[in-house]
Amino acid sequence: MSFQKIYDLQDWNKIKESILNKSSSDVENALSSNNRTIEDFKALISPAAVPYLEQMAQISQQLTQKRFGKTIQLYVPLYLSNECNNYCTYCGFNFNNKIERKTLNTDEILKEISEIKKQGFDHILLVTGEARQVVNLEYLVQSVNLIKSSFANTSIEVLPLLQTEYEELNRAGVYAVFVYQETYNKEKYKVYHPRGKKSDFYFRLETPDRIGRAGIHKIGLGILLGLEDWRTDSCLCALHLEYLQKKYWQTKYSISFPRIRPYKVNDQDKKIFGASESSISDKELVQLICAYRLFNEDVELSVSTRESETFRNNIIKLGVTSMSAGSKTNPGGYSGNQKSLEQFEIADERNAGQIAEIIASNDYEPVWKDWDNSFLKYE
Amino acid sequence: MKRLIIGGKEFKSRLFLGTGKFGSSKLMADAVVSSGTELVTVALKRINTSKNSTDNKIHDDILEHLQHTNINLLPNTSGARNAKEAIFAAKLAREALETNWIKLEIHPDPKYLMPDPIETLIATEELSRLGFIVMPYIHADPVLCKRLEDAGTSAVMPLGSPIGSNKGLKTIDFLRIIIEQSNVPVVIDAGIGAPSDAAKAMEIGADAVLVNTAIAIAQHPVDMAYAFKLAVEAGRIAFEAKLANKVNNAEASSPLTAFLE
Repeated sequence: MSFQKIYDLQDWNKIKESILNKSSSDVENALSSNNRTIEDFKALISPAAVPYLEQMAQISQQLTQKRFGKTIQLYVPLYLSNECNNYCTYCGFNFNNKIERKTLNTDEILKEISEIKKQGFDHILLVTGEARQVVNLEYLVQSVNLIKSSFANTSIEVLPLLQTEYEELNRAGVYAVFVYQETYNKEKYKVYHPRGKKSDFYFRLETPDRIGRAGIHKIGLGILLGLEDWRTDSCLCALHLEYLQKKYWQTKYSISFPRIRPYKVNDQDKKIFGASESSISDKELVQLICAYRLFNEDVELSVSTRESETFRNNIIKLGVTSMSAGSKTNPGGYSGNQKSLEQFEIADERNAGQIAEIIASNDYEPVWKDWDNSFLKYE
Repeated sequence: MKRLIIGGKEFKSRLFLGTGKFGSSKLMADAVVSSGTELVTVALKRINTSKNSTDNKIHDDILEHLQHTNINLLPNTSGARNAKEAIFAAKLAREALETNWIKLEIHPDPKYLMPDPIETLIATEELSRLGFIVMPYIHADPVLCKRLEDAGTSAVMPLGSPIGSNKGLKTIDFLRIIIEQSNVPVVIDAGIGAPSDAAKAMEIGADAVLVNTAIAIAQHPVDMAYAFKLAVEAGRIAFEAKLANKVNNAEASSPLTAFLE
């Protein structure tokens, strides 16, 4: 049994309608419940919950402090490659975008590590596009081996892999795997991903199952906010989370909230994808983050530098548990390469030290290290 | 108040503290001092365990804030999912922090952080054999406590309720059995949400309590730490002074056994 069976029973339009039909009494019931269900989650992300946002934020803060304390974990993404055979219509790495491609070699990775370590990071997220001819299991294992002695915690956000490949990465020292469904709308998914390996909706949908079976410590889920109706998509993502948590009960989970950002199509021009009716406002994103916390008290919630300074300064106390900082989204970006293509434009360009200061000024502790490779060394 | 002895070491304070979840290391250190504790647990995964290449010493913010002569470190294996991971973590902690004390935490379930009794027993046997002072975090399971004693544990740390829940002594009936039967110190760990919970734990005869969340996320952690100190002392003194039994019924005016007089 995998998530596909549950997914196939869902009806996108019915879910959407049921969310839009939630009433203020549904929201009040959800707020006062001690054991919130997916129906409560729907109420909390519905338009009916907007007047209750402050109350949601208060509860979200309380629950997060109880479970995670007054702490925010810091991590940094390291883009190893922007080569990609996919045609994702919203992404700067898409194959049609004719800008310089780059996959870091050993020396270049070591240079990046040395720059990143100067900023104080101990948790790193390796990111690539999807180009199996250059970025494959062998390349990933090599990169992890290069990196793991310098970092306490190594995660990856790469192409979806097979269970055996995840098992090998687990043995190599990978702690977490992030794989976002982008959208749970099967029909629209095919429109956004017209060709290439990524066009296989079910292969992507089943990826967290393969990661879970491989025994990876943490799985990161999410949707790309701005593609389709964020409420319906988030509801299906929450359902996915609920299913995984029951099935792979030894695994931790994390939800990320990537919003579509502009990307460069050449030296002068930028492009942003998206239909305005699908976009999510700051207020709605806060509502979504709080709703996740009320629905699931122990899921990690992560906000990246796609978000603005103001938004990130203020979200610290509202339920998130981890943040990236000082990110470069182009391979070689930390050691000075400005030519290679970035995946998207960063909104918050402050460095790690500045973000740590902001966290501390909120009376929260910035946490640089929350894992130790020694847990994996017995293998 | 009687002194508490664990692993041959004497403690004046019967309050142990966790160091996670505080808004800053400074606040954590202030709360530790205010609580009067002599034993604090630190998660190995949070500590920077690699030695600096220039002075060959470990530089870590949490540890640097705990450099206090009265305070002993109790590293914990939080994050370990099985006995093997926990044993490795314990060995690294011994090397890095130069202590053979270890709080054994094996909770493979990241949702409620429920301790795994089977793996905990296996790890306790091995770590005791390797000379560690083992303090395992466990369910309030009286039989497991006896098995851990046989395995060489130095104390047992049964939970009052799930970690971080602040729900108090939900397991009190089992804690009473454990306390009655134990030959090693019983430290109530997890779930203690208020000083009154801590006092109650001491009143029923627990040897010590370990508190973290209730202090760390209070509005005023330093004051709360002091409140816990007082509650633990009051509860222990009450226990040693022998609490009077509660009487639910009034004494009968015509005793049933009067005819024997």
